[in-house]
Amino acid sequence: MKSFLSGGKRPRRPARILNASILRSSFERRAVLIGTVQGGIGVLLAARMGYLAIAENEKYRLESESNRVNLTLIPPRRGWILDRNGAPLASNRADFRVDIIPERLADPEGTIDRLGELLGLAATRIADIKDKVAQSRGFQPVEVASGLEYEQFAALSVRLPDLQGVVPQRGFSRFYPTASSVGHLIGYVGPASAEEFEKDPNPLLITPGYKIGKDGLEKQFEKELRGIPGARRVEVTARGRIVRDLETREDIQGAPVRLSIDGPLQDYAARRIGLESGSVVVMDCLTGDLLCMASMPSFDPNSFSDGIGSVEYAMLRDDERVPLRNKVLKGLYPPGSTVKPMVSMALMQQGVDPEETVYCGGGLRVGNRVFGCWNRRGHGAVNMAKGIYQSCDVYFYAMAQRVGMDPIAAMARRCGMGQEFPLPVTSQFYGTVPDPAWKMNKWGREWQTFDTVNATIGQGYMLSSPLQLAVMASRLATGRHVMPRLTLDTKPKGFDTIDFPADQVEYVRQAMSDVVNGPGTAGRARLPIDGVQIAGKTGTAQVVSLSISNGKTGPWKYRDHGLFIFFAPYDNPRYAGAVVIEHGGGSGAAYPIARDVTTFLFDPAKGLEALAALEKQWGGTAQQRLETRYAAYAAERGAEVRRPPRRDEEIFDRVEAEARVAAEQSEAIADDAIAPRPEANPSGTPPVSPPSELPDAPAQSPAPPAPEPAATAAPAAASAPLSEGGVAE
Amino acid sequence: MNTVTVSGIVPEPIARQPWEMLIPLFALVGFGAAVLYSAAGGAMVPFATSHLLRFGAFMIMAMIITAFPRDLVRMLTYPAYIIVLLMLIAVEAMGALRGGSQRWLDLGFMVLQPSELMKPTIVVTLAMFYYSLPVGMTNTWRALLIPGALVAMPMGLVLLQPDLGTALAIGFGGAMVMLLAGLPLRWFIAGGAAGMVIAPLAFFYGLKEYQQRRVLTMFDPEADPLGAGYHITQSKIAIGSGGIFGKGFNEGSQSHLNYLPEPHTDFVFATMAEEWGFAGGLFVLAAFAIILRWGWKVAQDSDDRFASLLAAGMVVTIFFYVAVNLLMVMGMAPVVGIPLPWMSHGGSSMLTNMICIGVLMMVNRWNQNAPRRGLAG
Repeated sequence: MKSFLSGGKRPRRPARILNASILRSSFERRAVLIGTVQGGIGVLLAARMGYLAIAENEKYRLESESNRVNLTLIPPRRGWILDRNGAPLASNRADFRVDIIPERLADPEGTIDRLGELLGLAATRIADIKDKVAQSRGFQPVEVASGLEYEQFAALSVRLPDLQGVVPQRGFSRFYPTASSVGHLIGYVGPASAEEFEKDPNPLLITPGYKIGKDGLEKQFEKELRGIPGARRVEVTARGRIVRDLETREDIQGAPVRLSIDGPLQDYAARRIGLESGSVVVMDCLTGDLLCMASMPSFDPNSFSDGIGSVEYAMLRDDERVPLRNKVLKGLYPPGSTVKPMVSMALMQQGVDPEETVYCGGGLRVGNRVFGCWNRRGHGAVNMAKGIYQSCDVYFYAMAQRVGMDPIAAMARRCGMGQEFPLPVTSQFYGTVPDPAWKMNKWGREWQTFDTVNATIGQGYMLSSPLQLAVMASRLATGRHVMPRLTLDTKPKGFDTIDFPADQVEYVRQAMSDVVNGPGTAGRARLPIDGVQIAGKTGTAQVVSLSISNGKTGPWKYRDHGLFIFFAPYDNPRYAGAVVIEHGGGSGAAYPIARDVTTFLFDPAKGLEALAALEKQWGGTAQQRLETRYAAYAAERGAEVRRPPRRDEEIFDRVEAEARVAAEQSEAIADDAIAPRPEANPSGTPPVSPPSELPDAPAQSPAPPAPEPAATAAPAAASAPLSEGGVAE
Repeated sequence: MNTVTVSGIVPEPIARQPWEMLIPLFALVGFGAAVLYSAAGGAMVPFATSHLLRFGAFMIMAMIITAFPRDLVRMLTYPAYIIVLLMLIAVEAMGALRGGSQRWLDLGFMVLQPSELMKPTIVVTLAMFYYSLPVGMTNTWRALLIPGALVAMPMGLVLLQPDLGTALAIGFGGAMVMLLAGLPLRWFIAGGAAGMVIAPLAFFYGLKEYQQRRVLTMFDPEADPLGAGYHITQSKIAIGSGGIFGKGFNEGSQSHLNYLPEPHTDFVFATMAEEWGFAGGLFVLAAFAIILRWGWKVAQDSDDRFASLLAAGMVVTIFFYVAVNLLMVMGMAPVVGIPLPWMSHGGSSMLTNMICIGVLMMVNRWNQNAPRRGLAG
């Protein structure tokens, strides 16, 4: 090196003069230097290349393969949810669908507008998608549309190179044939949320088009229904275009879940509820099978599975009949007089002779207070059977004073009130069975006489869900500790536990039969079927004090709840159940539904005939009405709706919180005796249009334009005053 | 000169050609065409055919350059420099008028990138300058100042385009000729030291953000695998996955499935390496080594100061292309758009490199015609 430097150092000494040969030798030396450096760089390059291609070959070969080969998960087809006869309540439909992956979108707004144009999406839908894309984590796919026509799908596929981040594919989407009838029961599916993915970081969860159960049974049986994903290895270009298939492994469909539900019955009951807000539960008395758990109005789970649209959510949320609440499990109501058969069992257990009579003169004096019977004119001499079929309050006031609250509360619990059942549901409310200890604990106050009075007629603090009422009906009917079951693979339980002696069961059955078939409060509930008689008990539950509303007219939310528990045939019970109509104005809103549902159980054709006539008046089936309402709502309010909560869980929490608040409504009037309402008031007017009965039923339709011809057959009831007693009992 | 030994069979004008350089050159171009054939997905169009046609055309141009007499070249040097400089200014002016940077001049019959022409031109110009500079002034400030200005003007114009790669190529060519011209070495050492100080400043204040990112990426390409580092990462995957003998002709998945960016221009070496492996890489390196070595020999054989500076400058210019491109594709230099001579598809770089080859052949011819150097050499 020293010698190369010499060329530079020499000029420092002024004595040396440059000449051509010095420059020449400098050139030669420096040329050699540069050439050497170049050679060195050449060797370096060769070494580097050798290192990359030989030493690290394995690593880069793998990376090149992982570039070239794309492994796509094939979402497994979800297991079906079947009814007891193997008919699908939730199945899968092959369809064409389009998702977008937000983090791969170059121009989200533009791409979504473009897609909307190609697929002909509504403006509200496009706004929803934009909203979701803006809020989602980048890796979570957002569904744009499913159930596309092949032509739309093809039109989109050819434009893919310009639409980065758009994933069209053939797949399966969840399909609920009976739509809103099973909404609350089955729940719905939807793409996994970011939280769910964090909890279970399975790449399947963020595969476009893959959905998990979000609510109801879909959520509860997620593990069984999920299945095992397939995989497809394809060769892809850097831009994601598929060059060819390399290998495919098929998915394995999830296992089916077989429910005890009877699909047609569920659908029938849901439709029969009609314009009312309420629920119908039917159980099989021989197995405890839940045959029907209908809660209406409801939502369409088919339309929820691509995300809950803001317009749809706003419509459901603004509805005072809370279509998002599963009323079978989360509706809590004062059971009203439906508890009387249960109270009778408690009395007999305490040694009360059923034939012993109490004189009802319209009220019962205890100390210096008089507690009124619903029938102010009095029932005269009342034994236990009459107490049930005439629903005489005084009889029960008197007997309950004798035995005290505790045996009654214990019996209520034994019959299922205040209990949770081992069912595969996401949550169930257990209600309240009040007793002195409970009141002290909760309110810090002594138990009063009027508390017993209230409790024996199913008012005051007492709250139960329709499911509990149905279980109570089946236990009363069979005398066994029937446990409800929802899936056919669980064992029937409770049949070896005898709750009540046979003679007592016999007695109550007869009394409950007389409610309908005898001189009771629900004569119009008689089945139009020869040889099958239904037994039941009416209940009318007051929710606000008399000073606010008479319970029959006025604002919907102040009207009385209508309840009915039943079983049939009365002498050899096969089916038992409960119908609860929120703010139906009295039990008259409930038992016609129970009658039709039971008719359907024994003679489907006859049941459907009755329903068809009603649905003509109501304007279509429940699903059709929901769709019409949605269209009207979207047209009217579509532009100004609020956004739905980002997470479905927030919706659930809100619905549940509101359900709890709603259940407390009747507590406000529990701190004094409740003046009981007339039972079984057939003229109680349902809110939107009158209850239209079967032609053979004595009915009266006050307001609306098209009264049935048969309505003229209405007897004295038509002219009876709405407020008090003299109504058909 | 040893080629003359086969004169018995081959006609003299053919035997006179520098086959020891031309054969590797043809092999390289042919190999380049094969790689481009594969990069086009197994087709001659659009890359391979035009690559070969251009080479043919520019080879004729190189032959014409070869025939230039020494005096003509000396006479044309300064006018050529001025013309190319004016063209660079014209490019800037056009860009300013049209609003946006631009590198090309559309001459109607062809699109010309004057900055490319400047690379050989600066070498000739500096060679001419030092040739005409009195020997005694080589270590005075004049020997630095005027060439410095000659280099700085085109560099500045090219930087404005902005085209960092070409600007560096011009600067590098100029500096190498100055070094070879015998300027005091300590100036270069001082310059190098100053560069070390200025480089970080230039990096933070002189470079555009995308250029900064490219430089940073070189040190850690995986940090941003889908952004700036994508090119380098994919290029390394292509080279590394080729192994010793490659995946086979037309079998490169990185290039065929578009993972490799620019598989036919800047990253042509990666395309080649994926299909031909380490063996193909060594072949390319060897071909360049032979060509450059021949170039050095031409430079050293000439006893004319102008000619030897000219030849050495051309060798250095070609080398700069090769070295920066290969360092880049192997992940050792930032991504600057510099193609690989005779393999990358592209007219401008082919033109520049063929001018260099033509000039080297010209000097080689002068050497052959000149009397052998005296014993003093």
